[in-house]
Amino acid sequence: MSTVNLKVKVWRGAEQGEFVEYLVPRNSNQTVLDVVTYIQRKLDPTLSYRFACRVGMCGSCAMTVNGVARWTCRTHVAKIVEGDSLEIAPLNNLPVIKDLATDMREFFNKWKGAVGFFKGEQTRHDDFAVVKPDSEERQLANAGIECIGCAVCYASCDVVASRTNYLGPAALNRAWTLTNDVRDTQQLDRLRAVAGDAGCHTCHTHGSCTERCPKQLEPTAGISGLKKLVARAAVRGTKWGKL
Amino acid sequence: MSTAIHSSAVLQAKLWYAQRISAMVLGLCVAIHLFIMFYAIRGGLTAGEILGRTQGNWLFAIFYEVFVLACLVHAPIGLANILRENFPRSYGLSILPWVLATLVLVLGTTAVIGVFTGGVGR
Repeated sequence: MSTVNLKVKVWRGAEQGEFVEYLVPRNSNQTVLDVVTYIQRKLDPTLSYRFACRVGMCGSCAMTVNGVARWTCRTHVAKIVEGDSLEIAPLNNLPVIKDLATDMREFFNKWKGAVGFFKGEQTRHDDFAVVKPDSEERQLANAGIECIGCAVCYASCDVVASRTNYLGPAALNRAWTLTNDVRDTQQLDRLRAVAGDAGCHTCHTHGSCTERCPKQLEPTAGISGLKKLVARAAVRGTKWGKL
Repeated sequence: MSTAIHSSAVLQAKLWYAQRISAMVLGLCVAIHLFIMFYAIRGGLTAGEILGRTQGNWLFAIFYEVFVLACLVHAPIGLANILRENFPRSYGLSILPWVLATLVLVLGTTAVIGVFTGGVGR
C-alpha cells in the first residue's frame, strides 16, 4: 500500500449538506469507486452510496467527480485526479437522498413517459421474429441499445437542468432505439409521447450527453433522428400512420 | 394523452419542420446575397449602382422576396421557442412573434418594392 494519501472531498447530507475531506491511501489502478468504498469501510460507515456490479454493466455507481458526471467503477483515479485532490458529489439534476445516493425515480419515470419499453404482438408460442443484422433499422437500434441507465447523460444535460419536464437524453435514446425495433407495436404512441415541449424538440444539441456517455453512445444523434421522424409523422405521415 | 397536449405536440413538430426547411432556404439566400455583395462593392458602393442593378429586375425582386418569406417563417418560430423556454408562464408574450412576423413581412416587402421600383411613386 502506498504512503501517499489522496485528499478526497465527499458530499455529506441531502439537498443541504457540505463537503467533508477524507485522506485515502493512493494505490495503483485505483478507481473512484474503490476510493468511496475505502471511505465507507474504513473511515466512516455512515457514508451512503450506490453500486452493484463494479464492472460497468449495471449503471448504478455514477457520481459527479471533480465536477463531471462519470461511472465511478470504470474511472481510474490516475486519469482524473487534480494534484492529490478528488471531489465526489452526487449526480446533478436528481434529488439527493443522502450523501452520494440520488433519487432515480423521476429519471426512470421519464423512460416510461417516452414509451421507452417494448411491446410486441407475438407470444411464446410463435416462432422467433427474424430481424436481419445488416438491416438499417437493426443497425440504428444497435447504435443506442447498450445504454446501462447510469444517468450520466441526464446529469450532464443543461436542458434538463433548466426545464424539469424535459424527458432527457436517456429516455429519448431508448425511445429512438425502440422506433427502430421492427417488432414493436406502439410506434405512434411513442412518437406522440416524444413530440413537443417536453420531448425531442426541446433538445438544444449541446452534445454534453454524447460527450459524457461512458458507453460512447450518441443520444444527440438519436434525438435528431426522433426530431426528423416526428416531424415527418406530423406533416406527411409514416408507415405507422400520421400524428 | 389529452387531445390539447397532442395537438400542441403536433403543432410543435410542424413548426420545427417549417423552421428547418426555411433554414435551408435562408442558408442558400444568405450565401447568394453575400456573394453578390462581395461582387458589388469591388468598385465602391453607391445607391445609383445598386438601383441600376435591381430596378425593374424581376429576378432580384423574386429572390429577395423569397428571402423575406424565409425570414418570415424562420425568425418568429425561433423567437417563440426562446420566449417559451425563458418565460414559460408569460402567455402575454406570445404576441411578440406575431409582431416580429408582421415587421419582417411589411418592412422586408417594402424594401423589395423600393429597390425594384427605385422609389418611383413615392
